[in-house]
Amino acid sequence: MQVYDMPDERGHFGRFGGTFVAETLVEALEELRVMYEKYRHDPEFLAEFAYDLKHFVGRPSPIYHAKRLSEKVGGAQIYLKREDLNHTGAHKINNTIGQALLAKRMGKPRVIAETGAGQHGVATATIAARLGLECVVYMGAEDVKRQAPNVFRMKLLGATVVPVESGSKTLKDALNEAMRDWVTNISNTFYIIGTVAGPHPYPMMVRDFQAVIGIEAKEQMQEMIGRQPDAVVACVGGGSNAMGIFYPYIDVEGVRLFGVEAAGHGLETGQHAAPLTANSPVGVLHGNRTYLMQDEDGNIVETHSISAGLDYPGVGPEHAWLKDIKRAEYVAITDDEAMNAFHQLCRTEGIIPAMESSHALAYAEKLARTMSPDQVVLVNLSGRGDKDINTVARLANITL
Amino acid sequence: MSRIQSVFAELKAQGKKALIPYITAGDPHPDQTVPLMHALVASGADMIELGVPFSDPMADGPVIQRASERALVHKIGLRKVLEMVKTFRETNQKTPVVLMGYANPVEAMGTTRFVALAKDAGVDGVLTVDYPPEECESFNQQLAQADIDSIFLLSPTTEPSRTELIVKQATGFLYYVSLKGVTGAANLDIVEVKKRVAEIRKTTDMPIGVGFGVKDAATAHEVAAIADAVVVGSRMVLAIEQSNANTLIPNVQALMKELRTAIDAV
Ligand SMILES: Cc1ncc(COP(=O)(O)O)c(C=O)c1O
Repeated sequence: MQVYDMPDERGHFGRFGGTFVAETLVEALEELRVMYEKYRHDPEFLAEFAYDLKHFVGRPSPIYHAKRLSEKVGGAQIYLKREDLNHTGAHKINNTIGQALLAKRMGKPRVIAETGAGQHGVATATIAARLGLECVVYMGAEDVKRQAPNVFRMKLLGATVVPVESGSKTLKDALNEAMRDWVTNISNTFYIIGTVAGPHPYPMMVRDFQAVIGIEAKEQMQEMIGRQPDAVVACVGGGSNAMGIFYPYIDVEGVRLFGVEAAGHGLETGQHAAPLTANSPVGVLHGNRTYLMQDEDGNIVETHSISAGLDYPGVGPEHAWLKDIKRAEYVAITDDEAMNAFHQLCRTEGIIPAMESSHALAYAEKLARTMSPDQVVLVNLSGRGDKDINTVARLANITL
Repeated sequence: MSRIQSVFAELKAQGKKALIPYITAGDPHPDQTVPLMHALVASGADMIELGVPFSDPMADGPVIQRASERALVHKIGLRKVLEMVKTFRETNQKTPVVLMGYANPVEAMGTTRFVALAKDAGVDGVLTVDYPPEECESFNQQLAQADIDSIFLLSPTTEPSRTELIVKQATGFLYYVSLKGVTGAANLDIVEVKKRVAEIRKTTDMPIGVGFGVKDAATAHEVAAIADAVVVGSRMVLAIEQSNANTLIPNVQALMKELRTAIDAV
């Protein structure tokens, strides 16, 4: 089997990825690219990263055999990679630590971030507090409303949260605004992007920092069941938790990889956030070429998902590539299906999952049902659901 | 000689500098764009930069973002923008029009179709903000074959080696972004601009336009002393935003005259 070696030097994954930015950002990205190349294999840098993952985040995150859930579903055994047990409650912290350590080495005293669900914002604010960096988080005004607890958390951690009122007031607009901040404050600011999107080197760098998930999982599965799972399932917003668990498995034959997008109210309604599953056209946004939800004029359309973290019209370019080469399969789960999976995990396993991760769970249940009890499905439980309890309560007409 | 080249040659012969106003197509209303373009020419525009509305104008500040949003309310996309240029050309064959926009609308239309329609409409130059030269080689060739100029940005952070690369790909004129930031962000630093423009001149004979931070007549005057063209975007769009249907043309023309006078005074 050919060894997977992506992206190329300029950040292309086949026809996807690249560096589609205004000239004002080119040098900053070049500086970042050079610094990342310098440190990505530097033993001291990697040791510091590993130390923080262990002592600050609490890694390795365990893998848990969800026996009662597997029995109830009937079919394959469902295992959960517990990223929800990380400090700050999601996989996002892995990446923010990596980038913040890089920011420190580059001598940048200020970090900025975009956030949707608020998990990446919280993770950035957390590491900024720990390293003594100034932190500004851009968040769509709509998301500020639906993720109030995380907004407060960021403020407690000393970050400034800027509500973004432009465009659709969600994640993509927060990313636009963070980019605008970055070009304005390039000399003292490091932009910590929260997913495997953006211009090169971000998709590669974020993947590398998140790959710890898959690297651990491979070892843990070997230990627990003496082999690798038959399928790995992860939700896809921009795609960082999915790339993190997929990446070390790409060259492993016999392991099917499933990325689960948000089907929102249903693909047929157009109100979703599933560019891969819905066969959206290829386009350019946020510095890279990828599959993009857009209208016939090439304007980005508004997306819908019950989960703010999946509410993004594009997808990381490496997922676009994995779809094209058919190494990963992409599917979508509706708001209602995700909600059912959410409640199911709460009650059968005593774990409150993030709404994003509930999409992966819902698909894993569907998939497991088609498989036999001696087969194994590994789900990346990307985060915990504490941040979502307001949303869940509101949908059930309960006031907290 | 392309329309853009002739304008610069003519101005040079007269010892004058070019004034290039920017407006977003469809702002404030699609019916007003072509009349506005003619009004700009009548009040001293040597060239027009016409913005293509986009849902995610990452390199633009709030003023031009709002212009895009106003145009998008009327569903003004690239096809309609090209129709506007075509209409403008029916009565003006002299003033160059440069389209400024983002890559995705062009890719959605398809580059081949875009170049053909742009040629047919009478577009003279294309500036695609998020297409750095490395990512648009074939598009650039297509534009060259259609005799449409490829306008590229140079920024305060562009390294000299990169300036050379960009200069090789660019035709028509070079667009120096006078500040670190988005359109309309801050006041430009004229000393820095002067230094950078002088450096760029060492690598090329192409005319150099300066924009992104020209906020008033005084800055326009200072920039005109250094550059071959002064681009006025956010300030122009602000004048549009602050007008109603009746005051639109008079307000924009008053601003244009102020700028023209300041530029011609060098
Ligand atoms: C818990 C959780 N899972 C998944 C995501 C989606 O992001 P990605 O696709 O980059 O993993 C988010 C984003 O906020 C999240 O908070």
